Amino acid sequence: MDGNLNMIGYGLAAIGPGIGVGLIFAAYINGVARQPEAQGRLQTIAILGFALAEALAIIGIALAFVL
Amino acid sequence: MSVNVLAAEDPYIPGPSSFDLPPIFGEGTVVTKPMVQIVVFGLLAVGFLYLAARKRAMVPGRLQFAGETAYGFVRNSLGRDIIGSHDFQKFVPYLVTMFFFLLFNNWAAAIPGIQFPTFSRAGLVYGLAAISWLVYNGVGIRKHGFLGYLKLQTLPSGVTGPVLLLIVPLEFFSNLVVRPVTLALRLFCNLFAGHLLLILFSMGGYWLIFQSEELLYAPVGVVAWLLFAAIYFLELLILFLQAYVFTLLNAMYIAGALADEH
Repeated sequence: MDGNLNMIGYGLAAIGPGIGVGLIFAAYINGVARQPEAQGRLQTIAILGFALAEALAIIGIALAFVL
Repeated sequence: MSVNVLAAEDPYIPGPSSFDLPPIFGEGTVVTKPMVQIVVFGLLAVGFLYLAARKRAMVPGRLQFAGETAYGFVRNSLGRDIIGSHDFQKFVPYLVTMFFFLLFNNWAAAIPGIQFPTFSRAGLVYGLAAISWLVYNGVGIRKHGFLGYLKLQTLPSGVTGPVLLLIVPLEFFSNLVVRPVTLALRLFCNLFAGHLLLILFSMGGYWLIFQSEELLYAPVGVVAWLLFAAIYFLELLILFLQAYVFTLLNAMYIAGALADEH
């Protein structure tokens, strides 16, 4: 069995953004549960935060293939 | 299908080379599938919006309603809410163009038979990010002047003292240099990784069912194909979300470039 250590590294690197994305959506769900009428506004912020946190995972996968 | 005929084959391992498609018209030509797709689906986006807007009936038909809803979604949630009601209208055409161009091209990846996300080729995405970079910087320079804009982007308000030595280069680097790169990488890598996952599950399932020597692997292959279908629907959502996020970030950058100093 052969493979690339980069992929294991990427798996480790993806933990951080995974937790980050989880926290963002947890906060979003909390916010909507407490104040349903704020959903529209919170959604944009949540998706923006998700995109920014996810960027780290994405840069990771790019580097996993490049390095 | 007899097991012993196909037994010796290795599984197909997807990688970046899975995205290097051969030229369509044979060796020596340069036109590849993503190049055709970007034109065709760009034209389809134009066609959809044109047909939806052509009648402009007081009581909209189905197509017009779909077009108006989608347009209103971009205009209100991306334009007005982010850029602000004062000067968002100038940017609505740009944002709508960007969104529909991306959405149609992304959803190309979900059409059976085509199934290749156009923007999983990095070069096409860098082009889009370059446009975005030119637009938000151009808008900012036009409003604040070159030096004023540089100050706006590199000097956070309320920061004084020696820490500026650290902040200013960092802000310059993050706001003017890295931004288009992360913007491009986000779109590209999402589509790339999503497509890679789909290849992995479909080809892996194929190998487990038809080509592996162990008969017991076949049920696992069926599970892999079921997961493939599930991920396919997740991909539909991600493809939409990436078009949305790309346009959202465009709007945010424009809003940041237009912001008045506090």
